[in-house]
Amino acid sequence: MKNESPILTWLSYISLLVFSVICILPFFLLISASLTDQNSIVANGYSFLPKVFSTSAYEYLFMRGNDIIRAYGISVFITVFGTCSGLVITLLMAYPLARTETPHRGLIMFFIFFSMLFSGGLVPTYLIYAQLLDLKNTIWALVIPGLLTNGYYIMMMRIFMQGSISKDLIESAQIDGAGEYRVLWSIIIPTSTPILAVIGLFTAIMYWNDWQNGMIYITKPELFSIQNLLQRIMQDIQFITNNMGANASGALQQMPSDTVKMAIAVLGSLPILIAYPFFQKFFIKGIMFGAVKG
Amino acid sequence: MNQVSMPTDSSVIPKKKKKKYNYRKYSPLLIMMIPGFLYILINNYLPMFGIVIAFKEINFAKGILQSDWIGLANFKYLFQTSDAYIITRNTILYNVVFIIAGTVLSFITALMLIEIKNKFLLRTYQAIISMPHLISWVILSYLVYAFLSAENGLLNRTILPMLGIEGDISWYTEAKYWPVILTLVDFWKGVGYGSIVFFAALLGINEEYYEAARIDGASRWKQITGITLPLVVPVIIVMTLLKLGRIFYSDFGLFYQVTLNSGALFETTATIDTYVFNGLTGGGNMGMSAAAGFYQSIVGFILVITVNYLVRRKDKESALF
Repeated sequence: MKNESPILTWLSYISLLVFSVICILPFFLLISASLTDQNSIVANGYSFLPKVFSTSAYEYLFMRGNDIIRAYGISVFITVFGTCSGLVITLLMAYPLARTETPHRGLIMFFIFFSMLFSGGLVPTYLIYAQLLDLKNTIWALVIPGLLTNGYYIMMMRIFMQGSISKDLIESAQIDGAGEYRVLWSIIIPTSTPILAVIGLFTAIMYWNDWQNGMIYITKPELFSIQNLLQRIMQDIQFITNNMGANASGALQQMPSDTVKMAIAVLGSLPILIAYPFFQKFFIKGIMFGAVKG
Repeated sequence: MNQVSMPTDSSVIPKKKKKKYNYRKYSPLLIMMIPGFLYILINNYLPMFGIVIAFKEINFAKGILQSDWIGLANFKYLFQTSDAYIITRNTILYNVVFIIAGTVLSFITALMLIEIKNKFLLRTYQAIISMPHLISWVILSYLVYAFLSAENGLLNRTILPMLGIEGDISWYTEAKYWPVILTLVDFWKGVGYGSIVFFAALLGINEEYYEAARIDGASRWKQITGITLPLVVPVIIVMTLLKLGRIFYSDFGLFYQVTLNSGALFETTATIDTYVFNGLTGGGNMGMSAAAGFYQSIVGFILVITVNYLVRRKDKESALF
């Protein structure tokens, strides 16, 4: 390989290494800060290596962990329920649009497409969901507004299906007496698993990370998702103690507040960081698929 | 990432000739679409009609329909203050920086990724640099806080003393630093993700071109400037144009969560989205916020249409519609 350029290659390796380190360092700081002794934080601030190691922040959270566990539960519920129902809705919308025989296909496509171009904005959306549908302070306010499906996902799935569906296969199945639902279930879904996985993954990440719906529609702390709990704690660390009721002032005194803040953020990001190595391949494939088709 | 290429085939444009549809046979296909249709109707179309509240005095007791019409009063208030100017300027300037510098950085990163021939390393790099994209803005606000906290932050307690700078900086109340901070945060979160998108485009270039160039003795650098750039630049221009169509919309989480919605930073961190949101959640004026939302929807829509027209003239295939 005499016309390969070793300098360029080495430069790439090193730059990417530096970039990767920059991507990881902030997490490192967060974890290290959560494992440092509170007094040491007051003396030295957050740092990359704990000067005095301590797990007291986690012990504290463990002792008063009800709020965190409930918030986790809510996040898991909306993620699982929202992803499953969103995926079904997207699939049922995308498949007929991938079939050229569907009546009024062009019109419906325009209907979806226009929804991607023009948006009413936040205030009218809020009024629809809060006033008209009365979803305020219900768990459905975390599931329904904005997240179930969108034109982009429907179009992405439709394009994938148009490329993978075999018309002959559908016709021969129908000659054998299979109805449309049967065709969808036994032919379309099995051939569409890659796109279902990608869109399911993107939807799940959206649900897990969503804090906006919670902030707009939820005021009851019992319905806070993990993101909303984290956000409240960032505004006011005493939220943890106040909300626990009894013996609040005593608890506040013992609380290593600077490290607890970091520890709870670690707990909030842990699920995604642990799961990431397992789904990263799909995640990257998904980004690339969106790019190529986009 | 809203660029879905609509097929330019005739299926999109309703045919002039009246088509006889076989409703009976295809009714299951239509029934399937009901949930999605209803959802988009409620989630996207009903709010579109709701933008008329910008012309009303919002009164929750009376409800939306019964509220009194007040004409352009909300807009007058909005444009009389300097708010309208500040939020428009911030939204557009940040977007311009993010789009241009972000695209360049992502593209350079993608070129570097292509150089990595070791499969395992390539996958590891890709996974690590796209990971920040996965983190919610709330968690991100904690990561930034660990650096910027006035009392305990790494910058005030470790880095500034190391550089010999005396005295703490109260980051969350000093507006002048935030254009830099927000740009860095945006790059940290988005460049790796963006590079994967370009990487996919680069992989699409036919290997034979490079083969031929190598036989002719072209250096790797020559290959990049002679083959890669000419083939990829049109794609980049189109993608950038499409992003420019969304220049009136900001990444809400970045400007709201990362700044901890600190009022002292309004001058350099308020965007149309944060302004509307603060108006809605009580930090501002609901009528003005509805007016700002209306302004964003309409101008945003005009921009998307214009940009698409430009893209269409340049490259019909890449246009949205």
